[in-house]
Amino acid sequence: MKNDRRSERQEEAGRKAAMATLAAAPALVLADLWAAAELPEDAQPVRGPETGLVTIRGRIGGGGAPFNVGEATVTRATVKLPTGEVGHAYALGRDRDKARLSAIADALWQDPKRRELVESRLLAPLRAMLADADRRRREETAATKVDFFTMVRGED
Amino acid sequence: MYVAVKGGEAAISNAHRLLADRRRGDRDVPALRLEQIVEQLALGVDRVMAEGSLYDRELAALAIVQSRGDLIEAIFLVRAYRTTLPRFGYTRPVDTAAMLTERRISATYKDLPGGQLLGPTFDYTHRLLDPALAAGGPVETPAHRAADDERMPRVSEILAGEGLIESDGELPVDREVADITREPLEFPMDRDARLQALARGDEGFLLALGYSTQRGYGRTHPFVGEIRIGEVELELDVPELAFAVPLGRVRVTECQMVNQFKGSAKVPPQFTRGYGLVFGQSERKAMAMSLCDRALRAREFGEDVVAPAQDEEFVVSHLDNVQSTGFVEHLKLPHYVDFQAELDLVRRMRAEHERASATVVTETREAAE
Repeated sequence: MKNDRRSERQEEAGRKAAMATLAAAPALVLADLWAAAELPEDAQPVRGPETGLVTIRGRIGGGGAPFNVGEATVTRATVKLPTGEVGHAYALGRDRDKARLSAIADALWQDPKRRELVESRLLAPLRAMLADADRRRREETAATKVDFFTMVRGED
Repeated sequence: MYVAVKGGEAAISNAHRLLADRRRGDRDVPALRLEQIVEQLALGVDRVMAEGSLYDRELAALAIVQSRGDLIEAIFLVRAYRTTLPRFGYTRPVDTAAMLTERRISATYKDLPGGQLLGPTFDYTHRLLDPALAAGGPVETPAHRAADDERMPRVSEILAGEGLIESDGELPVDREVADITREPLEFPMDRDARLQALARGDEGFLLALGYSTQRGYGRTHPFVGEIRIGEVELELDVPELAFAVPLGRVRVTECQMVNQFKGSAKVPPQFTRGYGLVFGQSERKAMAMSLCDRALRAREFGEDVVAPAQDEEFVVSHLDNVQSTGFVEHLKLPHYVDFQAELDLVRRMRAEHERASATVVTETREAAE
């Protein structure tokens, strides 16, 4: 019973991580990877793709009570595979095709037989690309860090 | 008598055609592409997103082109577009401590955990026009340096450790978060509603008010505790999923202003705070917002409300440039009937004035005789 709950939580975390990668993916890269991976595209649209707004919230002082900062465009889609799995997608922006493909990917991910394919052909290259971009950004910012000469840094 | 007048359709249609022509300009010059604006006029795009209150770079860039670079017109276009979309919900509050930081500076601590990261700043440039940019030569790639994973706590956490600063602004937990896009403005406002209004407020207006507090109109003795710019993750709770769904990242600018002390019988003296959080890289706006946030808390701290920046109704009623421009610019629309009425009135007043002075003259003459 306890193990069941744990594996359920793990499954949820894996699915959420997959959705995060898909949401962050540039639309063109996702489409190219999809074509190269020869993933199936046949799915029945259940909802959307449709574009709407979300209101972005911040916190007063950074960690206090929430307040509304402003809106952002978000596009979402829900699809159903011929095999029955229902997939959802949400991502910033207005790219309907990206939302549709991401929803199919989410549905395929839920099928244990096809999860590996989605992970290796789609998510792994996307993650590598996104991690690389983040690392580059961090290193570029780190190069602008101020080293004060009067200050001792590191060991003695 | 008023006779309704119609007309001007052809003139309006030709005017819009002329506008389209002037917007395009010399056809020998290549037309702007949206990605050029997104990439190379990024801070203009950020301003349109912040004050248009819609995070979407391509739409902001389109609005800038369509408005010929008139940013308030662009903001107006974005606000109009917003109203055409359904709302999916409210995100979970962003965590600025977990930001992928691109700039982070503090004016209060030289040596703070995480360090001072200048990022892509205009600070320390000499503000000399650069002819090399006009020539359009190649640009160096940025320098790299191994990034450490040192935690980057907010400056407020450092001071809070000693109890020297007020906590992050708390409001009662059970209340609904105010939303000025759903509820009409009511004064006095709570701080969350005010911050929402400030976040979309006109940068120039907030800048002038912030400046006025520095010059003595509602002084708050501010220090920049910290400014950070970078990307934060968005998550949305949706009914169809058991977990908050990730949406991607947005760039924001956060300013923690630390202001002079306040204490009471119960609380020992401590620093007070103003907060700014703005879409995009908008440092000036975030700073001005935090100055105004603190000034507008005057009543909360029992300070006398004596300056414009402390007057909530004045500030919040006039900070929205779409509202302001709408009411100012409507003056150029036909007011023929109103003006006829005024003209008629002033003629009658003059006639009365002349009659009255004629009587006075006659009376004076009679008295003299």
